[in-house]
Amino acid sequence: MFELFGISSQALFGQLLIGLINGSFYALLSLGLAVIFGMLNIINFTHGAQYMLGAFAAYFLLQYAGLGYWWAIVLAPLIVGTIGIIIERLFLQWLYKLDHLYGLLLTFGLALILEGTFRNFFGSSGQPYSVPPALQGGQNLGFMFLPNYRAWVVVFSLAVCLTTWFVIERTKLGSYLRAATENPTLVRAFGINVPRMITLTYGFGVALAALAGVMAAPVYNVSPQMGANLIIVVFAVVVIGGMGSIMGAILTGFGLGLIEGLTKVFFPEASNTVIFIIMAIVLLIRPAGLFGRGA
Amino acid sequence: MQRVAELGKEHALRANSEAIAFVIMACVLIIAPVFAYPVFLMKALCFALFACAFNLLIGYVGLLSFGHALFFGWASYVSAHAAKVWGFPPELAILSGAVAAAGLGTIVGALAIRRQGIYFAMITLALAQMMYFFAVQAPFTHGEDGIQAVPRGKLFGFIDLADQTNMYVTVLVIFLGCFLLIYRIINSPFGEVLKAIRENEPRAISLGYRSERYKLVAFVLSATFAGVAGATKALVFQLASLTDVDWPMSGEVILMTLVGGLGTLFGPVVGAFFIVTLENYLTTIGQWVFVVQGVIFVICVLLFRRGIIGELAHVLRVKL
Repeated sequence: MFELFGISSQALFGQLLIGLINGSFYALLSLGLAVIFGMLNIINFTHGAQYMLGAFAAYFLLQYAGLGYWWAIVLAPLIVGTIGIIIERLFLQWLYKLDHLYGLLLTFGLALILEGTFRNFFGSSGQPYSVPPALQGGQNLGFMFLPNYRAWVVVFSLAVCLTTWFVIERTKLGSYLRAATENPTLVRAFGINVPRMITLTYGFGVALAALAGVMAAPVYNVSPQMGANLIIVVFAVVVIGGMGSIMGAILTGFGLGLIEGLTKVFFPEASNTVIFIIMAIVLLIRPAGLFGRGA
Repeated sequence: MQRVAELGKEHALRANSEAIAFVIMACVLIIAPVFAYPVFLMKALCFALFACAFNLLIGYVGLLSFGHALFFGWASYVSAHAAKVWGFPPELAILSGAVAAAGLGTIVGALAIRRQGIYFAMITLALAQMMYFFAVQAPFTHGEDGIQAVPRGKLFGFIDLADQTNMYVTVLVIFLGCFLLIYRIINSPFGEVLKAIRENEPRAISLGYRSERYKLVAFVLSATFAGVAGATKALVFQLASLTDVDWPMSGEVILMTLVGGLGTLFGPVVGAFFIVTLENYLTTIGQWVFVVQGVIFVICVLLFRRGIIGELAHVLRVKL
């Protein structure tokens, strides 16, 4: 262990790792928001609540079904994604022809309902969720101690993000999706069932949020308001990155996580606000966002 | 010609409907303390003004600000601090709160109008959250405790606001004054340009209006009125706390305006009284308040987009 600028390497790299973990949640969530916005023209305010639902799904699976982490990482996104599909069919599908802001208001209302209900039953304190046995312990890398679970979160999120990027940008399915984002009427005329694609896209975006929630459960506790503050930061991430590019969302997410981690080491007072400050600076210099294609 | 005459008649009727509604509202508010607790009424009036200020943006410029708690809450901090620590009289305390809100509104507005539509909402929400964290950390806001025991003081040096009736009349005068000002703004040439921007911004720009400037001025005005509401609330409750700067407050003012009717003159007032009354009855159910609010949001967006006053105006075929 050595020191750098009077800060131990463990503290520095530990915070950077936390930053990467937060960054992977930002990336997964902003990715989902961007995909949903592309197809539905709705900013999904419920995203934070759905991230929370993912974590609670993992918690419930363990408590009531005895299914552990590896089951949860598969089942929770499926369950929450299905709930998302139901939400889309019940509520969101009526809003596509209206102004964007109604989608935002409706999903905000849904977030209030979900978070309020969970807070009623679980209070504001968190429920612990333990790290799966296979990922307990860690490696000593010389300059820092690397907990296995945290390394897993970063690597796995990155893999999920890159797979999503690959599917959307490089496969036939993705080309349908991109085409439907550009011009749904024309794609429909080619015989592709766009409404079903929209529904599934929403389910997929929500499942990504739930996946992030499952991964967050052992790092942070499972608590009803874990998503409420996160979603606002993710909004700032989306404003910084712009929603035009999938890779942009991934890079912005991880990058901002790292910057936040560094701020925690060198100037902890600003760690809560640094992303918002960066957002203000980006708005001044590049109003369309780093990867945006105009407002 | 006949068409023009009809239009003129319709216009006169519309102006009348608003004037009649205003007189009814003023009369109801003057006799209301006989039937309801003054503190409850003052709370509702502060929120009504807050909602009117918010409605100025969403209803007449089409900009959804998701961070209006920022102006409401920070103005209440500044006014509470001015009254308690600097010993300002109430009129100056409220004024300093309004000035602070105007200053914050200029900065936030200048940043937020650089993007449109949905991004505007996200930017205002993010900046409001940033200022929330400042409020948590800044020493003068006293964190979780808030600024307590704010003296109401003597208005203009001789009207003792510790007296509930005096305080109520003051709040009522502030509310009605600001309401008329907002009415004047909406119906001025400036307000017509704002509506033009709401309907079709590219066309307004092509007609030579610098839409950015109009949007910024509207934003600052809205922030200032929200500030007056927050500053007044701090004196009424003798308290400025984190609740007023946090994001649920931004959501609440949206809900009030939505329930009453976006873009109607009286909608925000009715919506504010509706929500404040509802919450008064729901205080015993704790966290379910958020669930109830969420349900109202969903119902309003799906089935009731005109809001109470909007529906009423639609049925009566008048402007309210």
